[in-house]
Amino acid sequence: MLPNGALNNFYFPNEAYIEWSLMIVIYPYITGLVAGSFVVSSLSHVFKVQEFKSVARFALIAAFCFGLFAGVPLLVHLGQPQRAFNIFFTPHTSSAMSIFGYVYSSYMILLMVEIWLVYRPFFIEKAGSTRGVQRFLWKALTLGVAETNPAALRIDQKLINLLAGIGIPWAFLLHGYVGFIFGSVKANPWWATPLQPLIFLMSAVVSGIAMLMVMYSVFRWRARLPYDMRMMRRLMDYLWGFLILDVVLEGLEVVYMFYEHGSHWAVVEPLLSGPLFGSYVIGQLLILSGLPLLLLGYVVLFQVSDRWFLRLANLASLGVVLQVLFMRFNVVMGGQLISKSGRGYTDFHFEWFAKEGVVTALIILAAPFVTYYVLSRVLPIFDDAAPATSGTRT
Amino acid sequence: MAQATCKGRRAFLQDLALGAAALVASGPIAILAASRSRNWPNVATGNKGPDYAFVVDVGKCIGCGYCVEACDTENKVPKGSVRTWVERYVVTKHGVHIDAIDNDGKGLEPLPAGLAENAEWAAFIPKLCNHCENAPCVQVCPVGATFNAPGGFVLIDPKHCIGCGYCIQACPYGVRFFDQEKRIANKCTWCYHRVSKGLQPACVTVCPTGARQFGDRSDPASPVAQVYRSDNWHTLKPEMHTDSRVMYLGLPREVI
Repeated sequence: MLPNGALNNFYFPNEAYIEWSLMIVIYPYITGLVAGSFVVSSLSHVFKVQEFKSVARFALIAAFCFGLFAGVPLLVHLGQPQRAFNIFFTPHTSSAMSIFGYVYSSYMILLMVEIWLVYRPFFIEKAGSTRGVQRFLWKALTLGVAETNPAALRIDQKLINLLAGIGIPWAFLLHGYVGFIFGSVKANPWWATPLQPLIFLMSAVVSGIAMLMVMYSVFRWRARLPYDMRMMRRLMDYLWGFLILDVVLEGLEVVYMFYEHGSHWAVVEPLLSGPLFGSYVIGQLLILSGLPLLLLGYVVLFQVSDRWFLRLANLASLGVVLQVLFMRFNVVMGGQLISKSGRGYTDFHFEWFAKEGVVTALIILAAPFVTYYVLSRVLPIFDDAAPATSGTRT
Repeated sequence: MAQATCKGRRAFLQDLALGAAALVASGPIAILAASRSRNWPNVATGNKGPDYAFVVDVGKCIGCGYCVEACDTENKVPKGSVRTWVERYVVTKHGVHIDAIDNDGKGLEPLPAGLAENAEWAAFIPKLCNHCENAPCVQVCPVGATFNAPGGFVLIDPKHCIGCGYCIQACPYGVRFFDQEKRIANKCTWCYHRVSKGLQPACVTVCPTGARQFGDRSDPASPVAQVYRSDNWHTLKPEMHTDSRVMYLGLPREVI
């Protein structure tokens, strides 16, 4: 079915090429994971959710690992990556995109300062107990500050809480901004809605929580350490709550278009029943939203044994992690499939080995996990587990 | 005698120096005079310069495609992309059939059987950059590489564009494309390089029927100014509020 009485599928000649590739799909996905993980660490530091105390550091390190690679897909996508810093030097402030450099870099600085404050005593201890090059490296990480007396640590904690507090609006800005970039494009009926920043925010939060759940379960299982069931159950309470908000907002966008029956629906309806039917209606909506909503509702509302909780909660979390990836794909690609001619749709084909193809995307997506693995070998991420290199419990 | 000769020589030298000075001075004056006659923008005089606009007379377009070809030759448009194209609308009771002359050099394919017989009306619609005064592409460029230039042009600084593609997404008309060779955004410039030398855009020059016209809205003698004043023109997608500078005469309602 074609919109606006079209007898043939017509798109403008320049639209044959899809400009925003898979890189632009995984960029908001990774920044979403940054924002979502950070929220969990801040829930502990700022909102004093006691259950999350044991994963506050884990969430922070995860946010950092994702954050390190958030800008990489953009760099790969730029036609002139060597000019990337123009966005810092000559920001064109009428463009929402011009603030990217400042928001992203300031957020990463905030994250690094917070991590430094959290790990400062550990760096000092290591600088004292190692020798040679290692000692030099640990010493460099202390930045020459050696106080670990109770008064100094109290100030550290206050600063950590402050940064965690500032970090929440900052993480929201980092990701709400991505939603704004899409939501403010009036030329694109599938993107243009003021709900877009909120949708991106909520999906960021759920993707971060769900990813932490999966990562936590895998790493505890691999390290043969006990699971903190109270923490996990609380985490799933939050995931369910945020997922409901997220799905409601995503649904509202489409329901509004449908009910208004305006110019947007004319081109969106054939999009959803045509090219996006599989990835949006079946994938994102029915399976990857529906199933996690039901599973999470079940484990939150009913008495479920630890064993079954672990299975169901992880299945639901995996679903949510994929749901958000599908959502990014459906937004970025869906919007570009609609021709601005109003009378047709373009095509998207996955390319495996292109510069911005599937393999590149997978490498970038894997990079944060590799980084996390490396960091977990040198930093104590959980209270009850020393860095894996030492092989002992503290 | 000798004195007289000497005086004569001095006078001659003085005249020569004066003449040379006059010649040297007349160069810039002549250029200034010429530029004033061309109505170039001048900060000192407050003259904003010409106010260019483009007219597409739909009724006159015969779909020959010379404009697309000329643009391709003049601007070396990369294959697979276009700076200008011509759409063919064939409208029947059952719906709209559209195809386009782009720069693949193949022209239009024959219409599906039975379509021409059932046509209520048909038209050729030339499309190009609208050089909007309120251009979404200019607004969204994160580094200011796309800008509103004096005279009404929307241009791209090829040395500053980072190739992010946001402008391509923001343009409601699909006129921008990503130049795979130069790795930056690209689009119609109304042949700025020609207009700044007093020439017309390539597509206007080759149009055999005058369906494409280009001129200064502030010059009362310009046909473009006359069209502008007639207030009998339309722009594409007026709901986008881009203040397009391409005025269409006889634009059918079905055209998007």
